[in-house]
Amino acid sequence: MSLKIMNKTTRSNMITYAMVIIAFVIVQVLIGNGSISSRLQGQLVPICAYIVMAISLNLTVGVLGELSLGHAGFMSAGAFSGIVVASCLSQNTDNEPLILVISMIVGGVVAAIVGFLVGVPVLRLSGDYLAIVTLAFGEIIKGIVNNLYVGLDGSGLHVSLIKNTVEMTDGTMLINGPMGLTTIPRVASFTAGFILILVCLFVIFNLVNSKSGRAIMALRDNRIAAQSVGINVTNYKLMAFVISAAMAGMAGVLFTANFSTVVASKFDFNTSILILVFVVLGGLGNMRGSIIAATVLTVLPEVLRSFSDYRMLVYAIVLIVMMLATNNPTLKQGISMIISKLKGKNSAKGGSANV
Amino acid sequence: MIFLSHLISGISLGSIYAIIALGYTMVYGIAKMLNFAHGDVIMVGAYICFFATMSYGWHPIMGVLLSMVVCTLLGIVIDRLAYKPLRQAPALAVLITAIGMSYFLQNSAQLLWTSSPKVFPSVIGNGSVKLFDGALAIPHVTIVTIVVCLVIMSGLVFFVNKTRVGKSMRAVSEDKSAAQLMGINVNSTISMTFAIGSALAAIAGVLLCSAYPTLTPTTGAMPGIKAFTAAVFGGIGSIPGALVGGILLGIVEIFAKAYISTQLSDAIVFAVLIVVLIVKPTGLLGKKISEKV
Repeated sequence: MSLKIMNKTTRSNMITYAMVIIAFVIVQVLIGNGSISSRLQGQLVPICAYIVMAISLNLTVGVLGELSLGHAGFMSAGAFSGIVVASCLSQNTDNEPLILVISMIVGGVVAAIVGFLVGVPVLRLSGDYLAIVTLAFGEIIKGIVNNLYVGLDGSGLHVSLIKNTVEMTDGTMLINGPMGLTTIPRVASFTAGFILILVCLFVIFNLVNSKSGRAIMALRDNRIAAQSVGINVTNYKLMAFVISAAMAGMAGVLFTANFSTVVASKFDFNTSILILVFVVLGGLGNMRGSIIAATVLTVLPEVLRSFSDYRMLVYAIVLIVMMLATNNPTLKQGISMIISKLKGKNSAKGGSANV
Repeated sequence: MIFLSHLISGISLGSIYAIIALGYTMVYGIAKMLNFAHGDVIMVGAYICFFATMSYGWHPIMGVLLSMVVCTLLGIVIDRLAYKPLRQAPALAVLITAIGMSYFLQNSAQLLWTSSPKVFPSVIGNGSVKLFDGALAIPHVTIVTIVVCLVIMSGLVFFVNKTRVGKSMRAVSEDKSAAQLMGINVNSTISMTFAIGSALAAIAGVLLCSAYPTLTPTTGAMPGIKAFTAAVFGGIGSIPGALVGGILLGIVEIFAKAYISTQLSDAIVFAVLIVVLIVKPTGLLGKKISEKV
């Protein structure tokens, strides 16, 4: 099929898929060459997880139009439940992809259930109030998981909250309170991350392009008008919210399965904010932008390592300057003038070659 | 008696939250933005006071005044550099800029003053007032905190309701463009709000470190989030709301710590917030906004 026949949306979606696939191939080739530093290789799975987090948050913030400051909470719920399942499975089988897939599904389902439970009461709030409630919810999840003790032995799982009352003869602690997950089966791989990104993109693109997706966007643009043409506000808001939560849960499993230990406070307010920064910098509702922003901003601190102590400072300045450059009318005009001048030179040189 | 002592320390902690929440709520009321860097201004204020009193041996009152001046200037500079260019920009862009500012302050503090915790001996002293034959001991810090909070609150209510500048602040928060048509300088009013909020943050920083004497570059982050919660709790944009929200939040936190679980206290605080917001979606003292179609 030629690109010209497709409509604009499909073409744009195809470009996004292609971009992800090409990036994957290039990275694989570079790994084969050995031209990627081992530190950057360690970042590959987290980058995939962050990309999935960013596109799933973009569904809530960009497509549904509700600000969420607790996305890491879903990541945490998915990660911890998924890894417990993965640990149980890893005692029975060595098939890593199978373990990863099953634990991801469990993580996604648990996060979706949590998303549903949170969403039902919360989605009747809007704007900054919804934002603060999602923030509060993220902190609650962190607080609970931080005090959760789960142990596994021959007779099954043992769970306790606040005080470690798990008594086992010869088992292992899977979740050890503030010490978090201590025995993670490291089943995540870059290929799995790549496939997860493609699956999530596929789901989101098809959702956005469907009747439900149009209803969700109508709610974002004008809730009252949408309601008056018979769109069920709660149902569609919940739909977007739950799908977004499920993806965050799967990303959480992927992220966690890449490390040997992870603590609950890894998924705190700062992580939620980090993901939100990806979404806003990439452009609301723009999945390709989220992917690029997540990649660049995860790699940036690594690249800035030569600045050592100053790297987070530079990161903060880059963030502020980027927001100012893209949103201040005067600066924006200045930049577009520079760009048009450059383009003017190019087209003068290139003549009619582009036409 | 133990109950009473918990109640008093809850009110004291709540007073600190209330002072921080004032900064959030005033800025939100007037500029309609969530200033996430506010918590880090608290931290800067605490460091300034720490160095003034510890390294240079200043009198605590002078230290507090110095940190108020520095934080006021800092607030104005932040507003000028980062927020003023974005007055017309979408709310999310301003939010991300504020987050960037927060990172910037935290990391600058880390570079300037290292991340090793500083022990901040209380500027108020460690004595306590004993009541009921010593059954109830109230530390001086607690009393000073509550008194300072009440003084600030009544001063602010007077300032906003009775003075010319206060009137212009109320006008800007009501309707920015109408205020501008009436000859009010909107930008300088907003700068003024940032200045007041930051000066209050400095006081809050010193009080916070007098009660919990460790100081690190991230000291301000969690109280900042909680104070923001308190502001929403009481109804964001409302000054009495900040007081009520802050104090209730403080009491809930101390009671949760004392009677339920120390580790889960934050989770309980946030759960109470969620319940309140679900029952009363605009906070305790927030105005109901009727939707226009």
